[in-house]
Amino acid sequence: MIQKMKLYGWLPVFFSLLLFSSCERDPVVKEELPADNIYFVVPQGWPTPHYDFTGNALTKEGFVLGRRLFYDTKLSKDNTISCGSCHQQFAAFAHLDHKVSHGIYGLLGIRNAPPIFNLNWHSEFMWDGGINHIEVQPLAPITNPVEMDEDMAVVVSKLQGDATYPKMFKDAFDTDIITSQLTFKAMAQFMGMLISDKSKYDLYTRGEATFTASELNGLSLFQQKCNTCHTAPLFTNLQYMNNGLDTVFADAGRGKITMMAADSGTFKVPSLRNVALSPPYMHDGRFNTLEQVLEHYVHGVKNSATLSTELTTPIVLSSGEKADIITFLKTLTDNTFIKDSRFKDPFTP
Amino acid sequence: MIKLTYINCLIFLFLVAGFISCKKDPDPVEPVPVPVTGSVILNFENKFGDSALVLNTGTYITASNDTFSVSKFDYYISNIRLIKDDLSVYAESESYHLLKAGSPGSLLLTLTGVPVGTYTGIEFMIGVDSLRNVSGAQTGALDPSNGMFWSWSTGYIMSKVEGSTVGGTELEFHIGGFKGVNKVLKTVSPSFNAATAIVSETAVPHINISADLAEWFKTPTNIDFTVTHSVSIPGANAKMLADNYADMFSVMGIEN
Ligand code: HEC
Ligand code: HEC
Repeated sequence: MIQKMKLYGWLPVFFSLLLFSSCERDPVVKEELPADNIYFVVPQGWPTPHYDFTGNALTKEGFVLGRRLFYDTKLSKDNTISCGSCHQQFAAFAHLDHKVSHGIYGLLGIRNAPPIFNLNWHSEFMWDGGINHIEVQPLAPITNPVEMDEDMAVVVSKLQGDATYPKMFKDAFDTDIITSQLTFKAMAQFMGMLISDKSKYDLYTRGEATFTASELNGLSLFQQKCNTCHTAPLFTNLQYMNNGLDTVFADAGRGKITMMAADSGTFKVPSLRNVALSPPYMHDGRFNTLEQVLEHYVHGVKNSATLSTELTTPIVLSSGEKADIITFLKTLTDNTFIKDSRFKDPFTP
Repeated sequence: MIKLTYINCLIFLFLVAGFISCKKDPDPVEPVPVPVTGSVILNFENKFGDSALVLNTGTYITASNDTFSVSKFDYYISNIRLIKDDLSVYAESESYHLLKAGSPGSLLLTLTGVPVGTYTGIEFMIGVDSLRNVSGAQTGALDPSNGMFWSWSTGYIMSKVEGSTVGGTELEFHIGGFKGVNKVLKTVSPSFNAATAIVSETAVPHINISADLAEWFKTPTNIDFTVTHSVSIPGANAKMLADNYADMFSVMGIEN
């Protein structure tokens, strides 16, 4: 009897606890939640990022939604191409073995798909820097007739009519009314979280790994010959430079955006992190190997009005030195990043 | 036994109290009086000179004697302000509007929360201020799916005219550029011509504003369609057209 009473006596407590917890947002089952937490930290010693999710509060739900959108072919007109088609995780989100982009209907673009990581430090996007914000970047591939060829309003209505998305938007943004703005913000949460900072080089700088003699020599040569443009720790100074690929420019690069002769033939200096994973190289994918790239810097630099002054006097490197630089470049490969399960395509288990 | 139940009831009450307190407390009643406000309607009318602008079927003659028809005439109006007779200013919040010929609803703007009083002037920007051109994904009038946004070189298309000449030349004027020497943003204040808009809690004044497309193609620079018929990037040509159209708006009258 006493025991029974005791039990009943606690009932109101349980009840009220129940009530209390219902104050918070309804717990919903989220199958797709990655095990790891989703948070943004600036790696030690790195510069202040340009984008830190201000005005777009980073949440697991937003990230997971952004990831699904990134890998969803619904963003293309005929539902065949996703962002992930051209930006593959195993290639550090570049398009392996494709000189220029291969998009919808088998059409070719004009430029090489760059790898995607550490984008929060970029203030401008694309080889020519024409896009000024990470949140509006996806509009370009989505509407590009040779990439995904879709109308943004149609994308939004496809998502709104989908069985999964309205609920995911509700979880992420507290509304199931889908807009292009929320779609872009979610994608920025995913893309901004793609941070590569765990290469052997990073471990070495943190005193957690040692370099071989060849890697050390490569690092030292790199610091002398390459670092002004491919500046550590991002391995790009994010400036527009002409590294002597051509005398006449088939693609004006930055010049196309600024309309200034001084920018003609200059391109955003690419990061060399994960460079061994993302051949072919340069804005038009003209070189297949790092050996060819080094050969270019030593023997192939072509003069033109906008050639960067750093390259007007030829770089001298012996074949052993070239090999050491390449050995060093391979220490920039971040296997943790390309295997990170948080960034995996949710459509392929 | 009874004691125990009491304690439980107490706990229950406590937790219920906790529950209630997690709803937002009602704001304490402020003694400050709420300013009395009303509304103002801006009614835009697209014209070509003295004629009403009719899409597709209407034909018009420019200052350079080109005859043409218009299939699209869209523009952004932003940062609307009304100036009161005591020189205080009402500034509309989130003041971004896309006006599209052929979509009558878009030409009628209702300004709300306007403090009551007598207004003697108006000011607004033709286009979207530079800040919103660099602030990432926007929504509403600024949603890039409205087709007034360049995706390859970020920025809003501030205004658009499309059409064709009788000779069959396609006309496309997409005017944009929010920075540098060829910035096209124009802040204008078309005169009320001594009229006033009287805002009260009950009466809604209508300010009728005309947008004269003829102004795009004259003063200071006459545009010859055989020379200039397509402008689709920021630059000197875009600026030339924007300099022309800066005076396209005039207040035709105010109905109080
Ligand atoms: C058909 C292949 C293709 C598809 C699909 C594609 N991209 Fe790209 N991506 C490219 C190419 C090529 C570039 C370089 C374009 C340029 O510089 O003009 C690029 C550039 C980028 C960049 C700029 C990186 C930098 O360093 O500036 C980002 C970010 C990006 N893409 C994200 C996306 C997103 C998000 C999607 C899906 C909405 C997407 N891409 C779909 C090929 C593609
Ligand atoms: C003057 C600045 C500058 C210097 C110095 C420089 N680079 Fe580059 N590098 C660039 C630019 C700009 C590009 C992209 C060019 C393009 O695609 O048009 C580039 C591209 C590359 C690429 C291709 C990356 C990719 O993803 O496509 C590699 C690899 C590379 N550089 C390695 C090096 C090495 C190694 C050195 C030193 C020996 C070096 N660079 C020195 C500016 C520079």
